Amino acid sequence: MTAAPALTVEGLSVEFRTRTGIVRALENVSFAVDKGETIALVGESGSGKSVTAYAVMGILDPAGRVTAGRAMLGDLDLLAATPKQLAEVRGRKIAMIFQSPRTALNPIRPVGRQIADVLIRHGNVSRRDAPAQAVDMLRAVGITDPARRAKAYPFEMSGGMCQRVMIAIALAAKPSLLIADEPTTGLDVTTQAVIMDLINDLAKQLGMATIFITHDLALAGQRSARIVVMHAGHVVENAPTRDLFAEPRHPYTAELIAATPDAAASLGELAAIPGALPDLRRTDLPPCRYSERCPRKIAACAQALPHAAPGAAHFVACWNPLPVQTQVEQTMRGPTVSAA
Amino acid sequence: MTVLLDIAEVSKRFPVTGGPGLLARFRRRLSGGPENLPKVYAVDDVSFSIDKGETVGLVGESGCGKSTLVRALTRLLDVSYGSIKLGTRELSLKAARVFARDRDRARIQMVFQDAGESVNPRFTAFAAIADPLRRLRKLRGKALRERVETVAAQCGLPLQLLTRFPHQLSGGQRARVGIARAIAVKPELLVLDEPTAALDVSVQVVILQLLQRLKTEFGMSYLFVSHDLSVVRLICDRVLVMYLGKIVESGPAAEVFEHPLHPYTQALVAAVPRLHEGRDERLRLAGEPRSPIDPDPNVCRFYGRCPRGADACKTTMPALRQFGARHVACHFAEEFLPPLRTAS
Repeated sequence: MTAAPALTVEGLSVEFRTRTGIVRALENVSFAVDKGETIALVGESGSGKSVTAYAVMGILDPAGRVTAGRAMLGDLDLLAATPKQLAEVRGRKIAMIFQSPRTALNPIRPVGRQIADVLIRHGNVSRRDAPAQAVDMLRAVGITDPARRAKAYPFEMSGGMCQRVMIAIALAAKPSLLIADEPTTGLDVTTQAVIMDLINDLAKQLGMATIFITHDLALAGQRSARIVVMHAGHVVENAPTRDLFAEPRHPYTAELIAATPDAAASLGELAAIPGALPDLRRTDLPPCRYSERCPRKIAACAQALPHAAPGAAHFVACWNPLPVQTQVEQTMRGPTVSAA
Repeated sequence: MTVLLDIAEVSKRFPVTGGPGLLARFRRRLSGGPENLPKVYAVDDVSFSIDKGETVGLVGESGCGKSTLVRALTRLLDVSYGSIKLGTRELSLKAARVFARDRDRARIQMVFQDAGESVNPRFTAFAAIADPLRRLRKLRGKALRERVETVAAQCGLPLQLLTRFPHQLSGGQRARVGIARAIAVKPELLVLDEPTAALDVSVQVVILQLLQRLKTEFGMSYLFVSHDLSVVRLICDRVLVMYLGKIVESGPAAEVFEHPLHPYTQALVAAVPRLHEGRDERLRLAGEPRSPIDPDPNVCRFYGRCPRGADACKTTMPALRQFGARHVACHFAEEFLPPLRTAS
């Protein structure tokens, strides 16, 4: 690894207190994203992708509590930062694009003013210059006739255009880290491709690190250099995209790939993943939360999982991972971290 | 193959009323009758048929008229022009309100998008599945209970879940309730509106396989509406591609996805993310679709966004032309034809 990480998350655990018990939403989540790199957090709903992002941004629901871990943005631990420090960082250094742009935008404020607000607050732009710069931002995200569109309200725009506005808001202050939480869910595939191009291109231009959260493994594969697969609040595999698809090591990753309709030639070829996510309120959760669905379960699965060492190229949280085929890697085969 | 559903030259236009305000009302008065108001051409001159036992996919971006077309042919909406024939019966002459009590209502049923939203939250799973049976099959008491339990079992819904409300069910279970409700009255045509859009991949596979099994078991025909092309490719025999109210391409699913002939289909196929390939950067659609309000009948609907667009597209609307088993509405479809395989 040459570049310094833009964000390092280490041992992040989050709990939610609910009426029916404590939900252990995240346990010992670790990953890092380098400057200028795009990584993807992938998993099914309930796997903890969004909670991870919210915890890093410091916008967890009040019922949620970070019980352990660090999230280092440069020298600042975001999880231990004061609200004032966080307010300085958010928008200026980290920005987030939310799911469903139409609900994330303020419905009663013209979009140009919403961008101007961010510029004034975080971008050191004077009140006088902000509106003109907001129009420039709209042009930068590819909105035609930006001067007129700046005066429009979110309901007057299509879903794709709202998402462009969200991107403009997120990038207004040129952050060093962008978290995109399912930025294209609910958009058409053609629009999705255009929006993802836009995020990728702007990230490259600004040298921004991007964490891209999605449930679409194929999309993640196309858009990120590294994929972090999550299951029931654990990181189960973290590997460079090409390695992950060529040789998934964790049984869950392999099943996820086999269930993705894109690769299959017929419906019968698609494999369903048996079982469901475990109830995270249980107090007797096994160390590996996948073990109860896992076809490769062995006795060793009852012991604590191997944990991600920062800097490892290919991490698998499994005691009985799928074997690697290639000779070179054969020697590194083992239950713990294997550096490819 | 016998044709089950035959749709000919169906159009649906919605007048643009300009809202409920006083000014809009005044303008409407001035324009002299609703026929003079501008209209949204939601579905424009669409014809196709579905054979018995066939699965037809309907794809296109949001706002292209998929839902309007589906609502018209399931007779939830009246069409402006055209004919809808189910078997030998013409359905378009009956108003949607009257058709709701028709004896043929049970022959076309629908599975709606996201069962979490489309099942009444105050109905248990049992009540949801029983409702169409009560209304359309007049079942009561023991017969009703037996039928509901049979259908639930066929859809893989455990019987002990029948007393639960939608919010107490998982996404996959809710999808099963939605499917059970639709097939309870033994329809011949099942219209599926994005049945797996709200589901995770692992559950999606199970539901798709269930749908496939039910189809062969009961000999139903499917109209499968989706914008997930990788799913359509797997489940459909034939596919219809819609753009701004018109069908721009149709044909066998495998062929259409392998060699799309219409530039729009090409962009659609190129935009689908693929697991084992890199990014396909060949085709990106710039800009927004043309306005569907009173479109110029002589300009191709795709003109302006189309990478192939030429002068001819501004002056003549391309008609659907036949290429083997396929139909394409593009002046330049020939250019995209795959090279002919010479028989050796």
